Amino acid sequence: MTIDQRTLTEAGERMTQGTPQSASLGIRLVSVEPGVAAMAVTYRDDLVGDPATGVLAGGVITTLLDHVCGLAVASAAGPVHSTATLDLRIDYMRAAEPGRDIIARAYCYKLTHTIAFVRAAAFEDAEDDPVATAQGAFVLNLTAPKAPDP
Amino acid sequence: MSAPHPQKLAELLAAIPYARFLGMTGELAGNEITAILPFSPHLIGNTVLPALHGGVLGAFMELTALAQLSMSEPLRRQPRTIDVTIEYLRPGRALTTYALADVRKIGRRIANVHVQAWQESRASPVAALRGHFLLSVDPSGQQGDSGRH
Repeated sequence: MTIDQRTLTEAGERMTQGTPQSASLGIRLVSVEPGVAAMAVTYRDDLVGDPATGVLAGGVITTLLDHVCGLAVASAAGPVHSTATLDLRIDYMRAAEPGRDIIARAYCYKLTHTIAFVRAAAFEDAEDDPVATAQGAFVLNLTAPKAPDP
Repeated sequence: MSAPHPQKLAELLAAIPYARFLGMTGELAGNEITAILPFSPHLIGNTVLPALHGGVLGAFMELTALAQLSMSEPLRRQPRTIDVTIEYLRPGRALTTYALADVRKIGRRIANVHVQAWQESRASPVAALRGHFLLSVDPSGQQGDSGRH
């Protein structure tokens, strides 16, 4: 299924600005095309994980990577789907540079009827010098989400 | 090893700005931490269900592992996360979430930690995390192996 660019951009902006956790972290949309998405988070003192170094918390990168992977999946699968993360593995290559914004770009490289496979990287300047990389599997919900299991 | 004082855990979490951003607290039983994440609207990742953001659950479990490592043995500085694998089992609902860390192995440099997070019943976890953490870092701040341990 192909989706026009305006629909993709609107979905990306809804996902970044319209999701409370994303909005409270200040995550913003950088770009989106079918199967590829990028988002960024601005450095903030209240998001620091180690006050001795001023480095952003790993959890901020985790949420950014999870979020951008979700958009890459949605942009590949089409707007009829909702998606849920099955698992996400994150490797932290190095500390994020204090004071710098972090960009994350995700690629949905395989889509089946039920599962999407995604990889992503988080970086300041260059994707080949990542702070962290991620690998995840997402389940595609073809119908509206049900109430959670008891 | 004497059990750490509850005040130490409160001080540890209060010193981490991002832990305050999440609103995370914890309780100590001996040297075992039960991490607590009260529900707050800013933690929502899915407004339809509503459900906690998966990244928040991952971050909460990673902080639980880091805090447990800091309570388990005296460390000169905060451990560094090498890798984490997060498994999502159920949607995290608009409820308080708890987490317990199981330190499977502490070596001289590397620790392996498993964490489970649950809400109403520990038998029905919402998410799990497995991770490796670097306990000591060379003076240059690089994460590589300096051989100076």
